[in-house]
Amino acid sequence: MNLELSHFSAALLFAVFVSVVFGITQRNTPREMVKYGTYCLTLFVGGVILAGWVMWILKH
Amino acid sequence: MAAKSNPQKAEPREETAYPLTVMAVVAPAAGWLVPGLGHMVQKRWIRGFLLMASIVPMFLLGLTMQGKIYSPNAGDILDMLGFIGDLGAGGLYMLSKSMGWGEGAIFRATADYGTKFIVAAGLLNVICAVDAFHIALRKKQ
Repeated sequence: MNLELSHFSAALLFAVFVSVVFGITQRNTPREMVKYGTYCLTLFVGGVILAGWVMWILKH
Repeated sequence: MAAKSNPQKAEPREETAYPLTVMAVVAPAAGWLVPGLGHMVQKRWIRGFLLMASIVPMFLLGLTMQGKIYSPNAGDILDMLGFIGDLGAGGLYMLSKSMGWGEGAIFRATADYGTKFIVAAGLLNVICAVDAFHIALRKKQ
């Protein structure tokens, strides 16, 4: 089996998996876990989009 | 001006003792071998399932993207670090090595992403095993 993901979808999957693990392992209560996981996911995805725009600006 | 506190006169802080139990040995070992199992053996079913549902697919996606599984080596420093990261996946790493998965040559960008997915899954599994250890010690709920 051979899977070919785009750069963005690979980064998105990576962000989801890592955010779940960070949320569960770095906080104590379920509520805090959800909040921290969402925070990490937002930073990951936001960072990817921001880095994408920065690269676009540098290229043009 | 406020008086500065003297660190030499400070009262020694009382350290909380965390006795080493059988569970504190079994849980991280189980968590390392099978992602999420360290939490499941401590009846943290949902956490264990979510960790398993994150780390196992991440590792398998890395393999399906033709990612590379590192072998024990004494060559390039990045190869050695890659091996340490892969080893964190425990049972998944052993299974992959025994089945001969992830041994192809990398010739596409997605294959390099796959390699990173596999290493990251191993490192996340180590974090989970440490978390299971903390739960067993009652440092964490």
